[in-house]
Amino acid sequence: MKLKFIEEKLMKGVMLLTTLLVFLFVGSILYTIVRNGWAAMSWEMISSLPGGGFYIGKEGGLLNAIVGSLYIVGASTVLGLAVSIPVVFYLNVYLKKNSKRAAWARLAYDVLFGIPSIVYGAFAFTIMISLGLKTSLGGGIIVITLLIIPIFIRTMDEIARELPQDMLNASYSLGSTRFETIKVVIRQIAPGIATATLLSIGRAIGDAAAVLFTAGYTDSIPTSLGQPAATLPLAVFFQLSSPIPEVQERAYAAALMLTVIVLVLSLLGRIITNRFSKNKI
Amino acid sequence: MNIPFLSKKLKWTAAEWNETELKKGFFRPNQKFCTEESSRSNIRVEHLNVSIQGNRILKDVSTEIPDRKITCIIGPSGCGKSTLLKSLNRLQEHTEGVEVTGKVLVDEEDLYAPGVEITHIRRKIGLLSQRPCPLPMSIYDNVAYGCRIHGLRNRKKLNLVVRHYLQAVGLWEEVKDRLHSPAGRMSIGQQQRLCLARGLAVEPQFILADEATSALDPISSRTIEDLFLKLKEEYAIVLVTHTLRQALRIADYVIFMYMGEIIEAGPAEQIFKNPQQELTQKYLQGVFS
Amino acid sequence: MRSAETYEISRKTSVVRLLKDKMAGSVMFAFTMISVLLLILIGFGLVIKSMPILEEKSLWELLCTSKWKPMRGDFGFLPFIMGTLWVTGIAIIWTLPVSLFTAVFLTENSRSWVKKVVFPALDILAGLPSVVYGVWGILVVVPWISDRLAPHFVEYSTGYSTLTAGIVLGIMVLPLLISLFVELFSSVPQEFRDASLSLGATRWQTTKYVLLKKTFPGIVASVTLAISRAMGETIAVLMVCGNIVQLPASLFDGCYPLPALLANNYGEMLSLPLYESALMLAALILFVVVFVFNIGSRLLLRKIERSLT
Repeated sequence: MKLKFIEEKLMKGVMLLTTLLVFLFVGSILYTIVRNGWAAMSWEMISSLPGGGFYIGKEGGLLNAIVGSLYIVGASTVLGLAVSIPVVFYLNVYLKKNSKRAAWARLAYDVLFGIPSIVYGAFAFTIMISLGLKTSLGGGIIVITLLIIPIFIRTMDEIARELPQDMLNASYSLGSTRFETIKVVIRQIAPGIATATLLSIGRAIGDAAAVLFTAGYTDSIPTSLGQPAATLPLAVFFQLSSPIPEVQERAYAAALMLTVIVLVLSLLGRIITNRFSKNKI
Repeated sequence: MNIPFLSKKLKWTAAEWNETELKKGFFRPNQKFCTEESSRSNIRVEHLNVSIQGNRILKDVSTEIPDRKITCIIGPSGCGKSTLLKSLNRLQEHTEGVEVTGKVLVDEEDLYAPGVEITHIRRKIGLLSQRPCPLPMSIYDNVAYGCRIHGLRNRKKLNLVVRHYLQAVGLWEEVKDRLHSPAGRMSIGQQQRLCLARGLAVEPQFILADEATSALDPISSRTIEDLFLKLKEEYAIVLVTHTLRQALRIADYVIFMYMGEIIEAGPAEQIFKNPQQELTQKYLQGVFS
Repeated sequence: MRSAETYEISRKTSVVRLLKDKMAGSVMFAFTMISVLLLILIGFGLVIKSMPILEEKSLWELLCTSKWKPMRGDFGFLPFIMGTLWVTGIAIIWTLPVSLFTAVFLTENSRSWVKKVVFPALDILAGLPSVVYGVWGILVVVPWISDRLAPHFVEYSTGYSTLTAGIVLGIMVLPLLISLFVELFSSVPQEFRDASLSLGATRWQTTKYVLLKKTFPGIVASVTLAISRAMGETIAVLMVCGNIVQLPASLFDGCYPLPALLANNYGEMLSLPLYESALMLAALILFVVVFVFNIGSRLLLRKIERSLT
């Protein structure tokens, strides 16, 4: 009889331990990245392009990667929104609730979401080769857009599905068409759009495998869609494999930048969801 | 359903378990399989305050649950009936932001005192929820679950206990051929009776029922009511109910609640025929509900 | 007079409005179809690209031999498949109990403030880019393995090993598994717990006999989903796994998972005959495994969701 209480205590202890373990990981990762990254961080790192001899430890910064990442993330977020908002409307307003077609589409997006970015990258790369294109900013933007569309759709759809049918009916009963009803819907799912955007930005900025194939890497800032573009994750990846300590340190700096961006995004996401749940009935 | 009772109180112990008696299909409410001393216990509530996320649900409630009677808690919805019921075996502690002050004494032992061993007290208090919720296992395992939790491992004895309590709720004949099929496949009325059997199997002294018949069809709910009437010979039953008719049919003792307070409590006769408080009168007349 | 006029106007506008509605509908439908078709397109594209090597060699030979000499035309995928299986296996084996216990703690035991602290931490873990995990792995896990752990078991290890990759990958899978489990456990109605508790069961007994039993199919589906996610993870694993083409003999040996093969060799894949096709076959294998696992687990999870509500 006493055994069950011992078991209860023991299990509670184990649970506490595993939860602490999760914290330990978060703490260790953040600490390692900040400590190493901060030492290598400087204004030059953010504001200048790689100079001559950058890869043997001479002066220069990571501006090329920062700007490249911003280009790719910005453009693909806009493109992704432009594609996925209509899809979400179609699934939730045009199709009936519990429609078979919507269920299949949702399954497809779930699977697309699960496909590794390396497969996206490899697929896009072969397409680009057969079309005779080189690695470029445009290629990077397209593959990242494809990568984040499922995230956009899934996140927004989750919130749009909770739309009460009564709300749609209220709009229809005033004589509006389904298309006009969207004005009502968009207000309701605005927080969903915001969180989906933040999530997608986070995924887009951190993804290395897909851009490795498609965007390439360069020391200069691309001036057209046809030129290759550097990205932050690849800056980390390439410079870390260098044997020279000074170059490796730049990888830490770039990792720190990425981490800070992700932290800010997740903080924003928290704020938005808190706001949202406050107004939720 | 015809269940013969024995007026003579038998002291059954584990050693005396007799298969032949059981096979006749008899159910005796006073037959116990536990060897534990079967002294009667009682529940007394003293100055109980419960607030959930700052809202006071129960305000200074004091009452006593009479033994071997059916006590009905009635009142308009949102008056704190279910909260009171759940406080009686401390189940609401799992909801977020609940604060409790006051005492609930079971056998003079305060449920809310620090360091109290709650599982031991909960065994004495069975619970029948609004919707039947068979545990995700077979019919047999559902009834045996509580016994196993409390250390009964002997297969033969378990068989006896399961059979006995399935007979108790009149389910044995219906399910004896499919004891090991999942409990979820039974009809909803059968499920509720199974839940009752599961509760009885750990041999409690109280049964708390939270609108236990509201999700059932009229015939099943009648069956449950009949069972309650038989079980009150040996158990104290506390029933939260929405329907006054049900309270009229089966209550021996009635507690009327309004806005988190007990307005009036007393024997059913007195409350229904001659209510003292104006609120009670109005409620019984159907002025509000 | 007047009413006729207004009627005329409203009819005209309503025709325009309906037309707009229809058009918007078809545009949206087109977007939906295209994005769904992408899935099929990727599958087909990879199949077509990997046809050349499949015509030359049998699938069996490709999957089950371990000789990898692209220069001589030997393409044995076994080391890469084993590498992926080993790394994923290690990751899941240690994260499964950790995430189960944490999820149970979060849903069954903890107070609200614990959730308020843990969920943001999980959010951060889920959001960190894989290169950051890679950097952390190199700075923390690799030295720990080579200096502390490995000397107890083997003579020498660089630290870039199967085990390292498994550990790093596991941490990346943790937030996904925990959030899936938390969702799963919260979907179990409170009545089930009450029923068990009111019989005098302890919380852990309730968890063990009721909660875990009830959600078992869901747990299987979640793990499948996590496996499919783990298999495709590239950069972080690539950075710490050692990238040695061999069948790993011990946990402290390096290995070479499929995604790493793709990422490391895309540059030279056009220089050798059949090399491109071989790499696309690697991508196809990943795609098929992820596709099957995903569909299976999603369908199962959906069925469970429906049965609970």
